[in-house]
Amino acid sequence: MDGIHDLGGKHGHGKVVDHPPGERYPGFAQRWHGVMMAVVNKLLTTGVAPNVDYFRHAIERIDPVSYLDDGYYGRWLGGVETMLVEAGVLTQDEISARAGHLGAQADTRIAARPEGLREQYPPPGATTGHAGRECTTPALFNVGDWVVTTPTAVSGHTRLPGYARAARGQVVAWHNTWVFPDTNAHGRGECATHLYTVQFVAAELWGADTEPGVEVCLDLFEPYLEKIDE
Amino acid sequence: MSETTAAIRAEALESLLTERGLLSAEDVDAVITRYNERVGPMNGARVVARAWRDGDFKARLLADGSAAIAEFAFEGGQIDKLVVVENTQQVHNVVVCTLCSCYPWAVLGLPPKWYKDPAYRSRIVREPRKVLKEFGTEIPREKKIRVWDSSAEVRYMVLPVQPQAWQGLAEAELARRVSRDSMIGVTVLDDV
Repeated sequence: MDGIHDLGGKHGHGKVVDHPPGERYPGFAQRWHGVMMAVVNKLLTTGVAPNVDYFRHAIERIDPVSYLDDGYYGRWLGGVETMLVEAGVLTQDEISARAGHLGAQADTRIAARPEGLREQYPPPGATTGHAGRECTTPALFNVGDWVVTTPTAVSGHTRLPGYARAARGQVVAWHNTWVFPDTNAHGRGECATHLYTVQFVAAELWGADTEPGVEVCLDLFEPYLEKIDE
Repeated sequence: MSETTAAIRAEALESLLTERGLLSAEDVDAVITRYNERVGPMNGARVVARAWRDGDFKARLLADGSAAIAEFAFEGGQIDKLVVVENTQQVHNVVVCTLCSCYPWAVLGLPPKWYKDPAYRSRIVREPRKVLKEFGTEIPREKKIRVWDSSAEVRYMVLPVQPQAWQGLAEAELARRVSRDSMIGVTVLDDV
């Protein structure tokens, strides 16, 4: 989806702030960050959250202002709440009531935006573990081939960043076949799909106004690509 | 949402899920202990140190990162496929995930805050030389910069160049000196 999460190449986000500076070993800065990680692990292993692609898409669908404002674990909070509501485990009223009881302000912007369209999303069932999958369909591309990425956006989950659409690059590695996030996030099956690393020169992505001697490599699924002549 | 409000909402979720038997205090403690104590960049640093000291291991690491690090038996932060990219005199590598914040947890632990923030995710693919300069890292014009955007389940770690002055140091001492940021690729290791 053309969401706020698709940040690659966007202007205006300012300097990278290393805070705290030189922090070598972060661990969890706050206990609740660890709580979010534990909840996500538990929901995935028990199957309440059907798979990690659906979880990533739940994060992409949170309120865009919250996405930028709430930080990494705040985004997880929004994604987790979305999944729990869509799975019918909790309601947002229930969560807000409990948060209010614990002292939260009532007028707070809530990140989660559950859609209540559970049938669009994968059925419950634990599917953690390795995302590599066997597939007998031969790979369409070889290392060294030139390819162009699809120019169109999709409304659902996808792993082709916007900045790499309609761009020509060269296949530099093949990684066998994997769960296809675009279908798996939406309950349309794992659809084992070939995965390649494609290398782009910066000017192909950003035009003439680019830094010299820069290449960007992305891991792209076969349906995002079409073969072209060099 | 402020950090305080988010913490309260997380507490609300924690208590509701605990009441429903979907979460326990042990689940939370185990995760916090694992990442606070055992899973962190000291793991990746051991891999780098071994690669510097052992040419055969380095060749295996660059050919198949996942297979090569199996001998360390790191826990936590599953990596489906690890690819280690080597910095050389010709190429400097740097890692990002522009779509979320994918990171090789098993070898580097939890990502630093800046890695997950919009500034890094938006800019490092577009103006890496400028961003690296903000980290104090100046890459000569004639050296190529290769940015790895982790857009699937492959995870990337940088094998930094070993400083000349570190030749001859023992593996454990080398591991102590390898910084997290050098394995993400935003810094290079100084000759001191």
